Amino acid sequence: MLEYDFMRMAFAASGCVAVLAGPVGWFLALRGQSFAGHALSHIGFAGAVGAALLGWPPLAGLLVVAVASGAGMGALGGRATGRDVAIGMILSLAMGCGALFLHLLTHSAMTATALLFGNVLGVTHGTLASLAVITAFSLAMLAFLSRPLLFASLQPELAEARGVRMTLLSVLFLMLVGVATAGCAQVTGVLLVFTLMVGPGATILRVGLSPALALPAAAVLALAEAWGGLALSWWSNAPASFWIAVLSVVCFLVSGIPAQSLRFRREGDAGSC
Amino acid sequence: MSANVDGVTGTMTMARPVVTGGASPDGVAQPTAAVSCRALSIGHGERVVLQSASFSIPAGSFVGLLGPNGAGKTTFLRALLGLTPVRSGELHVFGASPVCGDSNVGYMPQSRTPIRVRLTGRDMLASSLHGERWGLPLVRAEGARRIDEALHAADAQDLAERRIDALSGGELQRLRLAQALLSAPRLLLLDEPLASFDPVRMREAALQIRDVARRAGATVICSAHDIDPLLGVMDSVLYIARGRARLGSVDEVITSSALSDLYGAPVEVYRSPRGGIFVSADAA
Repeated sequence: MLEYDFMRMAFAASGCVAVLAGPVGWFLALRGQSFAGHALSHIGFAGAVGAALLGWPPLAGLLVVAVASGAGMGALGGRATGRDVAIGMILSLAMGCGALFLHLLTHSAMTATALLFGNVLGVTHGTLASLAVITAFSLAMLAFLSRPLLFASLQPELAEARGVRMTLLSVLFLMLVGVATAGCAQVTGVLLVFTLMVGPGATILRVGLSPALALPAAAVLALAEAWGGLALSWWSNAPASFWIAVLSVVCFLVSGIPAQSLRFRREGDAGSC
Repeated sequence: MSANVDGVTGTMTMARPVVTGGASPDGVAQPTAAVSCRALSIGHGERVVLQSASFSIPAGSFVGLLGPNGAGKTTFLRALLGLTPVRSGELHVFGASPVCGDSNVGYMPQSRTPIRVRLTGRDMLASSLHGERWGLPLVRAEGARRIDEALHAADAQDLAERRIDALSGGELQRLRLAQALLSAPRLLLLDEPLASFDPVRMREAALQIRDVARRAGATVICSAHDIDPLLGVMDSVLYIARGRARLGSVDEVITSSALSDLYGAPVEVYRSPRGGIFVSADAA
């Protein structure tokens, strides 16, 4: 399958996206913000269709809107209750706008499918180059943020007392989530961003690796799921997004089984002594 | 108002001199004071927590920080951490103004959010070691040694490889105490560390905190909702109510007259024959 240029492009593009999405997803799951990540993709959808309507590249529109919304979400942040409702309202509004823009687009059907469910086989050289640059920059940014982000996610009260700038951190992180979302949407489509971003991260978090191991492991798992999905799609003729979603869910379920039984045994040991 | 008072009564009596608060801190001011306040006013928004309070806490003592809900116990601790600004007067920690992130001060915040993440005790300590610095969360050999030392100091080596989401309340507290000791602090600020325990465990936990702090040579300020578990553990009481503070031994501060004075309203203190203390404001 690698003799075809579009397959090589698809593997390269999904590889770029996966190594960023894995670690970002691990932090999302750790912070309990996976819903925010899901919302950013839906909000980004409106940006992508809006950009297409204006004749601009959808990726640019998706990126700008997702990053801006991430910043806004991080700045509002806090631990306000009812946050889920607020995010849900905004994301439905964004999806509604997306529907309106699609209605106004003449070639809407194809664009809509590509955006919603991904079109990794149609990645151009230009898109791949942008994805590579975006990934390199974002990984560097995440590496820079990761230590205080880990501290702030695990023990917010203590981190604040030690001078960690919680709002700044939250804004920067959710902007990164916006970037990763835009990348993922190229591969899985906006509706399935969760599978490639949150799936591998949450799976690794469940396994319980130490953070320094978990971050690369999440990248590797995301990469394996993305490439596995592409390969399965080649052999089965089903969309890559479908296989990535299947792999993501299977890995998550499998990770739960041994870890849970291990934990029960451990609790039993503690009880006996 | 006496200057030096022996430790409180009970089997755990410690014979450390305790400086009482009040109008004349100068007479007994020690160069080794862990915390000293002079005409200190702090507040939180519109609320006044301390109004022109003066007292000084000698190094090495175990102070129980008491007061009604909302009196500002946490705000006072945050002022010592350099997080709440001083409105007027002086607040010194080991002779200097409090600075955020001071390694001389170890802090154990009240645990509102239990950690539901499958990481080990060592991972938790590692995350807070230099957690405020940018970069990758890698632990070097020197950091690993400090984590081991802190675990040892809090008698928590057995928790290093255990998963934190499977720890009991007491185990998690030992781990959090180890974490507060990471920077080898001279002052430990503990915000309601006993809140999650039943009355029997409270006492064990309080004694454990005292022993660990004593071994580490740290001064302790420990806020608590209830005075009983700290009786015989603490050297002195710092009672905050209605913007005023009073520091002294239990026998001096927890009396009907002293507390009525502090609240500006009649308060009755009852003592049970076995040493328990009950404070009631409805006596009048």
